[in-house]
Amino acid sequence: MATAPDGLAVEQVHVWRGDRHVLQGVSIDVHPRELVHISGPNGSGKTTLLRVISGLLRPEQGSVRWQGQSIVRSRTQYQAALAYAAHEPALKGDLTALENMRFAVGLKRRTSASELQAALDRTGAGGCADLPARVLSAGQRRRVSLARVLAMRASVWLLDEPYANLDAAGSAVVSQMLQDHVRDGGLALVVAHRDLSLDCAVRRLELKP
Amino acid sequence: MSVGAWEAFFLVILREMRLSFRRPEQLLQPLVFFLIVTTLFPLGLNLQLSLLRDMAPGVLWVAALLSSLLSLDSLFKGDADDGTLEQLTLSGQSLTVIVAAKTVAHWLVTGIALVVVSPVVGTALGIPTSAFATMMLSLALGTLTLSWLGAIGAGLTIGVRRGNVLLSLIVLPLAMPLLIFGAGATDRAMSGTSVAGALYFLAALCVFTCTLAPFAATAALRITVE
Repeated sequence: MATAPDGLAVEQVHVWRGDRHVLQGVSIDVHPRELVHISGPNGSGKTTLLRVISGLLRPEQGSVRWQGQSIVRSRTQYQAALAYAAHEPALKGDLTALENMRFAVGLKRRTSASELQAALDRTGAGGCADLPARVLSAGQRRRVSLARVLAMRASVWLLDEPYANLDAAGSAVVSQMLQDHVRDGGLALVVAHRDLSLDCAVRRLELKP
Repeated sequence: MSVGAWEAFFLVILREMRLSFRRPEQLLQPLVFFLIVTTLFPLGLNLQLSLLRDMAPGVLWVAALLSSLLSLDSLFKGDADDGTLEQLTLSGQSLTVIVAAKTVAHWLVTGIALVVVSPVVGTALGIPTSAFATMMLSLALGTLTLSWLGAIGAGLTIGVRRGNVLLSLIVLPLAMPLLIFGAGATDRAMSGTSVAGALYFLAALCVFTCTLAPFAATAALRITVE
């Protein structure tokens, strides 16, 4: 199989969950400036695939390579280039939106409060910056988690249902974010149940149950 | 610009401290538990003061171990439940550094608090003030060691329902040397004999766990997260 030395190469990934063969030899190469839309019915392994690609889950067979190197071997460099937004917004309820951003983004790169505030403003969550995450609505929490992805300035985006809980304006922000990211040379893998109507090329990976 | 390991370490400690102080009840629960358990002994046993003094180091140490254990269950569980553990794992920082920072922060908010209130408990149990310094030093070393041991247990029991019982079963047998030498040091200080041997042993255990436990806890966490 041809690898993608400048991008991400998923090679023959197999994952079992007990007796269930969730991922049955999934392979895909993703280059910079590419966006892959992962779709499929519930239980087809979309989130599992994202977790494998992020390095959170080690596949029983197969490998994931980033710039030609296994992500297990180049874990630190790969993770520094990675922004992962799981289906769960992953916010601490007792911290404010801005503090949540600071402690998550601050581990990846040096950042300032104004920069984080700008990311929150862009996703429409600027007004929630000083509110504890536990009082935010599901949509606002989603916007904060997307702002975190923006502020990380990562080249690889793995987004699990980024449109969930968002209104029309919020969905438009996500679409714009994805287009800008791909145009700026990034790559993204997006799990979504809806069709992505973006002004950039979208490849589709359909997973079977 | 990338973030160095020390910078990440202090950032995680700051995060943990801030989270702890936003939930003061979580800070107070182990302390109140410590105070109540140590008060129950003299009430329940109707002891003479001399007998109470003989039992005091053991009572104090058992209560300290149990109350420290109370809060260990939530060391990683909260982060695992809300998904922030995944974000920490993928932060590009060594997970060992993050685990070490979380454990040190746990000790700073629970272990140090126990050490600070221990003279109150010591007075109630009839421990002479001359033994307080040894008691506090041994508790500081013991609770730090217990935090490290607990981090391994907490890493292993994240995904387990009623994990706190399993955590106790894993950690308490490992904590027996702490109890023996910690209570022994306080006992010796009360009788005026040399405490150096017991304190050295506690310090050695502390250094041993500080050195190896972060790696063991990281491995435990990875197994559970994956």
